Amino acid sequence: MTPFGLYYGLTWAKIQEAMCLAVPVKIVSIDGDEAETEIAGVRRRVSIALTPEAKVGDYVLLHTGYAIGVIDEAEAEETLKLLEEIASLSEVH
Amino acid sequence: MKFIDEYQDNKLAKGLAYKITQRSTKTVRLMEFCGGHTHAILRYGIRQLVPKTVEMKSGPGCPVCVTATADLDKAIALAHLPDVIITTFGDMIRVPGSYSSLQQAKAEGADIRIVYSTIDAVEIAKANPGKSVIFIGIGFETTAPTIAASILKAQKEKMENFHVLSLNKLTPPVMKALLDSGEVKLDGIVGPGHVSVIIGSHPYEFIPQDYGVACVISGFEPLDILLCIDKLVEQIEKGEPKVEIAYPRGVKPEGNRKAWQLMEDVFEIGEANWRGIGIVPRSGLKVKGKYEQFDADKAFSVSPKPPREPKGCRCGDVIRGAATPVECKLFRKVCTPERPVGPCMVSSEGACAAYYQYGTPENLQGF
Amino acid sequence: MDDSILLAHGSGGKLSHELVEKKFLPFLANPALNKLDDSAIFEASGRLAFTTDSHVVDPIFFPGGDIGKLAVCGTVNDLAMNGAKPLYLSLSVIIEEGFLLSEVERIVQSIKKAAEEAEVSIIAGDTKVVNRGQADKLFLTTSGVGIIPPGVDISGANARAGDKVLLSGTIGDHGIAIMSQREGLRFAMTLESDCAPLNKLVSQLLEVSSRIHCLRDPTRGGLATTLNELARQSKVGIAVEEARIPVKEEVKAACELLGLDPICVANEGKMVAIADAADADKILAQMGKNSYGRDAAIIGEVINEHPGKVVMKTKLGPSRIVDMLSGELLPRIC
Repeated sequence: MTPFGLYYGLTWAKIQEAMCLAVPVKIVSIDGDEAETEIAGVRRRVSIALTPEAKVGDYVLLHTGYAIGVIDEAEAEETLKLLEEIASLSEVH
Repeated sequence: MKFIDEYQDNKLAKGLAYKITQRSTKTVRLMEFCGGHTHAILRYGIRQLVPKTVEMKSGPGCPVCVTATADLDKAIALAHLPDVIITTFGDMIRVPGSYSSLQQAKAEGADIRIVYSTIDAVEIAKANPGKSVIFIGIGFETTAPTIAASILKAQKEKMENFHVLSLNKLTPPVMKALLDSGEVKLDGIVGPGHVSVIIGSHPYEFIPQDYGVACVISGFEPLDILLCIDKLVEQIEKGEPKVEIAYPRGVKPEGNRKAWQLMEDVFEIGEANWRGIGIVPRSGLKVKGKYEQFDADKAFSVSPKPPREPKGCRCGDVIRGAATPVECKLFRKVCTPERPVGPCMVSSEGACAAYYQYGTPENLQGF
Repeated sequence: MDDSILLAHGSGGKLSHELVEKKFLPFLANPALNKLDDSAIFEASGRLAFTTDSHVVDPIFFPGGDIGKLAVCGTVNDLAMNGAKPLYLSLSVIIEEGFLLSEVERIVQSIKKAAEEAEVSIIAGDTKVVNRGQADKLFLTTSGVGIIPPGVDISGANARAGDKVLLSGTIGDHGIAIMSQREGLRFAMTLESDCAPLNKLVSQLLEVSSRIHCLRDPTRGGLATTLNELARQSKVGIAVEEARIPVKEEVKAACELLGLDPICVANEGKMVAIADAADADKILAQMGKNSYGRDAAIIGEVINEHPGKVVMKTKLGPSRIVDMLSGELLPRIC
């Protein structure tokens, strides 16, 4: 008997595993080298084998099931501040 | 969504666009390495926000697109072996090989399954002890550590039926090859954000030092890309090319050391065959001898017929930035997402697919 | 009765009759069906609308519904999209040997509930059983007939430059709810499919406006495909604004994770309405009064330029083409 369930993946021709892209998700709990993460209400289990330093509450970049890096929130703030400055300068003109 | 929405802000985008327009006095030729960047640029209409002085070309950063036909033929041949389950990232299955495709092989009875993660591939191997599971390992440095992790996991669990066909490629060597060829004159490179999360910024130092080309590492939200372009324009206008990180929330100069460790443990560097470019020395990852039981190349032997490239397909030129998809005679007329001739139209990160899906500056005139 | 479907349930004999009498009739009972004649007889005059659909959704039971509810709503909505008041449905079922009888009952209950809400009756039916492995659990086919009130002329070919494009609510809910159940994706959320019958909403809209030109539900292929279909059929251009298209946060997040664009994801309880600009605001207000139109919005307009093409102004300002979905985004979504 063909297990239909396992063949669905074959026609997901448009699903972009997006080899370049990674999604920022928040760690809600850690269990060994796995973590339960959340983004806007959607929860997903990920491997933190590549980011053993990650803590609960950290945001990590999720790529093909693994957290590849911990997001530096202070840097994120700095970047936004810089962008705000640039925007306000442009308004002056 | 945190760390996404803030970087799509309309007002901040306009601010950056204004600054770039004011600052840019001469033509700058930029290449975005990553397919993900090409898509984001078209999806958000970045080209319409930056001045005409900023020219953008897409590069070879699409793992599916740069997989050589010969390697794809090998994967298809492996799929036809008895008791083999092929596991692969999605886009690969529709790419036309020389005589067939993974999708066609599946229709002919091969067991081929799309996975989202190497974790899934390992689980399929665990669930099918009587079969050999081969994971088609495409990708750059973002994905290589995940493949290394999967091999280590398979070893830890004493699995004997999990193998990787290592087609992983490295980013800095192919950038060097492109710059060496001189085929496309570049002033700046939009560096791949998530590859850089892993490798950091130091590996790109040769770009300004040896070639005088600016290199700014970018995230993937529209504001990230605009900020990157702003910094590139700034560097080029000043004549001071260097490596800069415009994505500091994700990229540290030293990268992800743990990921590096895993990669160094499992892989060694060898040559790799890049579609459209050919053999580039020291640009590919091969499974090390100590993990050879997980190396599909050691465990299986297939002899596919000599490869042949699809007639008229200019994927190779598009990959090197030497042509845009609209310059390919087959684009839209013969080659479409439903009936792709080459991988650039199949892959979600292919330039041709992006141009097809989101339109081009040419056909958006007057909107 | 045993607890699973046997081949004999489809043979037309005793077990078949038992299946119909115990698992279908008690829930779907109506005078025409109860007769159990070879065909159902009814009277109707005027312009009739007729439609058919097969349903192969996987998984059969999903958050917010199941294949039964989907089937009824799908057919009811097809009729409603031409302005028809749906009247009667037929129901054909193909069941795989071994499927649980309790699940058959659960699906029939769902069909009953959906039919009651939509105020339609199932007046004809058929059941077949195939060997294990020859069908994936259960497939349904529904056909439906409805009556179009006099003076109502709604068609995909009727859009005109100057019309406004309205959307009855958030997009991507159904497709993402289905995806969350699929193997290999492993994500959890509280999102449910938006599967719903829209015929009453359509009647309410027709009460406030006689200048609705097109109605269409963006099912497979999502909003992007539907807008392109309408643009082509009417030979007009459509311009929409990304910022105006309502999308739930969870759907946005799931789409980020999966690399999908919400405008390409299937919906089963939403509709696009194209109407004369003068009536747009009151149609929008009327949509908002119905729970199925709660998040309705005016998302764009019909224009003369680039006929057959759809263009979207992105959040950032510049425009880009919106193409029809090509290839298979999500198989067996409905």
